Amino acid sequence: MRIAVCIKQVPDTKSVKMDPTTGTVVRKGVQSIVNPLDLYALETALQMKETYGAETVAVSMGPPQAIEAVKEAIAMGIDGGALISDRAFAGSDTWATAYILAAAIKQLGHFDLIICGERATDGDTGQIGPEIAAELDMPTVTYVNKLIAAEAKAVKVSRLVEDGAEEVAMELPGVLTVVKEVGEPRLPTLRGKLKAKSTEITSMALKDLELNTSYIGLKGSPTRVVKIFQPKVVRECRKVYAENEGMVEEAVEQLVGFLKSREVLAS
Amino acid sequence: MKNDIWIVAEQHQGKVAGISFELLTRGLALAAKSGQKLCAMLFGHNIEESGLQELIDRGADMVAVIDAPELKNFLVEPYSQCMLEILRKYEPQIVLAGATSSGRTVLPYVAMTAHTGLTADCTELDIEPESGLLLQTRPAIGGNIMATIKCPDFRPQMATIRPRSTPQAPRLAGRAGTIERLPLPEKAKFSRVRFDRFIPEEEEFNLQDAERIVVVGRGIKKAENLPLIRELADALGAAVGATREVIDRGWLSYPHQIGLSGKTVTPKFYFAVGVSGAIQHLAGMQTSETIVAVNSDPEAQIFQVADFGIVGNLFEVLPPLIEKIKRGEKAW
Ligand SMILES: Cc1cc2nc3c(=O)[nH]c(=O)nc-3n(C[C@H](O)[C@H](O)[C@H](O)COP(=O)(O)OP(=O)(O)OC[C@H]3O[C@@H](n4cnc5c(N)ncnc54)[C@H](O)[C@@H]3O)c2cc1C
Ligand SMILES: Cc1cc2nc3c(=O)[nH]c(=O)nc-3n(C[C@H](O)[C@H](O)[C@H](O)COP(=O)(O)OP(=O)(O)OC[C@H]3O[C@@H](n4cnc5c(N)ncnc54)[C@H](O)[C@@H]3O)c2cc1C
Repeated sequence: MRIAVCIKQVPDTKSVKMDPTTGTVVRKGVQSIVNPLDLYALETALQMKETYGAETVAVSMGPPQAIEAVKEAIAMGIDGGALISDRAFAGSDTWATAYILAAAIKQLGHFDLIICGERATDGDTGQIGPEIAAELDMPTVTYVNKLIAAEAKAVKVSRLVEDGAEEVAMELPGVLTVVKEVGEPRLPTLRGKLKAKSTEITSMALKDLELNTSYIGLKGSPTRVVKIFQPKVVRECRKVYAENEGMVEEAVEQLVGFLKSREVLAS
Repeated sequence: MKNDIWIVAEQHQGKVAGISFELLTRGLALAAKSGQKLCAMLFGHNIEESGLQELIDRGADMVAVIDAPELKNFLVEPYSQCMLEILRKYEPQIVLAGATSSGRTVLPYVAMTAHTGLTADCTELDIEPESGLLLQTRPAIGGNIMATIKCPDFRPQMATIRPRSTPQAPRLAGRAGTIERLPLPEKAKFSRVRFDRFIPEEEEFNLQDAERIVVVGRGIKKAENLPLIRELADALGAAVGATREVIDRGWLSYPHQIGLSGKTVTPKFYFAVGVSGAIQHLAGMQTSETIVAVNSDPEAQIFQVADFGIVGNLFEVLPPLIEKIKRGEKAW
């Protein structure tokens, strides 16, 4: 079995903080990491490799430094990697990104399974997985929380839905998107890190892929981001301080009064 | 019925689901601005007739239904083939679906095949007056920013809408509308995914239906202190929710999580205890009607979205508060 895992390099949103006085995002010192939700996709592929035997390949589209994401995947135990990078790809929306990724995956040979994360923590759409499936004319199962069984031609999985879970079987080749219930991602090992250093990562640019150039990058993207703004905060908080015992009683009194005024408590 | 606004209604076991009526609210607001008709598509099996009429009562001018055994459970290929058939036949200008487990799966599948844009998880929609284009606004980068997105050159303009980000459209009995039944498209008879079984959530716990929620954060310090929160929740007749910090530590189970990677809630009353108000948490609760917070840090971000806040130690504030609420109860 051959498995491709799609991973994206994203800014570390954990280090994103709000400036309390200006209400804007502080971007200073924000680092790039592997999309945290893609670690679960990598973990799923590694579990399959251990249980059923598989060749695993990490695929990432991004700027040249996204090679670090691919190396991290190899350090976790993934066998090989490909970086898809070209200035012409910049500004691609999910349609264009999926179009490019699908072409790259095709170029890398036959895969039985393609695994994506639930969503990337920056763009946050969760659309790439199903879009790659549609472009490659493959079936897809999203929000997979458990791998039940796999054979040469099918996988059986459980997926999370609003009020429970569904068990489904998918013919291969196909695309899965996984959620964090699939299992805690393993950490890169020292041996893996050494291997990452010596493994040659396939690099692919526009010229290496069969693409219609009017379907890629900012120009080829159906969606346009026309405005970006800070979420506005409209509430005015009535703050009372309760830093010693006498103040606690007074504060509780005021809160109860407030709750009555909002009809949370009967007055 | 070409060039209209369409919503993708959902059904569960034949019963039209609430998200459909939220989408009608969105659709009605757009239709009022653009003068287009509002239509609904619905796919499933043994769909209740009363549900179709309810879609009309709540705002649809037309409902297109495909009812077939192949559509009993959500499967991406049959559902996308049905949707593609609607796209071909009616050429919608706008298609709105719920950002649900099925909507977030089938919409991208269809958008890719139909070669058009799709905006994810929108919380606001509008029509640009000059161009008549759909303005789709959504949170991104973990809720740190809002982005407004357009799809100028491709049709339909498609968006998924965050569930519970708007109320359901009210019912106006006797509203006029038509129902069109379409046969199952040939290609929709085929699926490479097989549905085996549904396993309902063990815990009968639906945070999203709660009118009042007490939310606990890491300020509670350890699981052993949770009874204090339960006591407060009981006194208020509220459900208990939590931040991811609490879930990650295993103090409460995942269905309790509120925020970007948990549930989005819009209760009438939201009470945050020992919650810092990280942007990812705010993303799931900001639209609550009344927000109250107790936090020992006067600079805690939760106060920025609260209507009332107590700056203090929750272990000192909660016991007298619970006692007072309980005493009040006796007096009613
Ligand atoms: C503020 C903002 C809002 C946006 N909103 C939209 C929108 O509503 N619609 C739209 O079409 N585009 C949108 N975009 C563009 C979109 O973010 C990019 O196209 C992005 O490259 C992919 O989308 P994503 O980050 O949402 O990935 P997701 O679809 O969330 O990613 C899902 C999975 O796909 C895989 N994956 C995603 N990207 C890559 C990659 N580059 N390389 C390898 N694997 C990958 C990973 O496994 C990932 O877990 C937006 C961009 C910004 C900045
Ligand atoms: C991609 C992504 C998705 C995420 N999704 C979610 C999500 O869905 N939901 C979510 O909640 N988080 C989410 N997070 C995590 C989020 O960033 C925060 O880490 C989390 O919300 C913080 O939880 P908290 O407020 O319980 O903990 P903390 O931030 O540690 O805050 C604890 C608060 O308790 C107060 N406190 C301490 N002791 C006391 C006391 N004795 N009395 C009163 N107050 C006290 C402190 O002042 C502090 O403000 C996500 C993060 C990322 C990166």
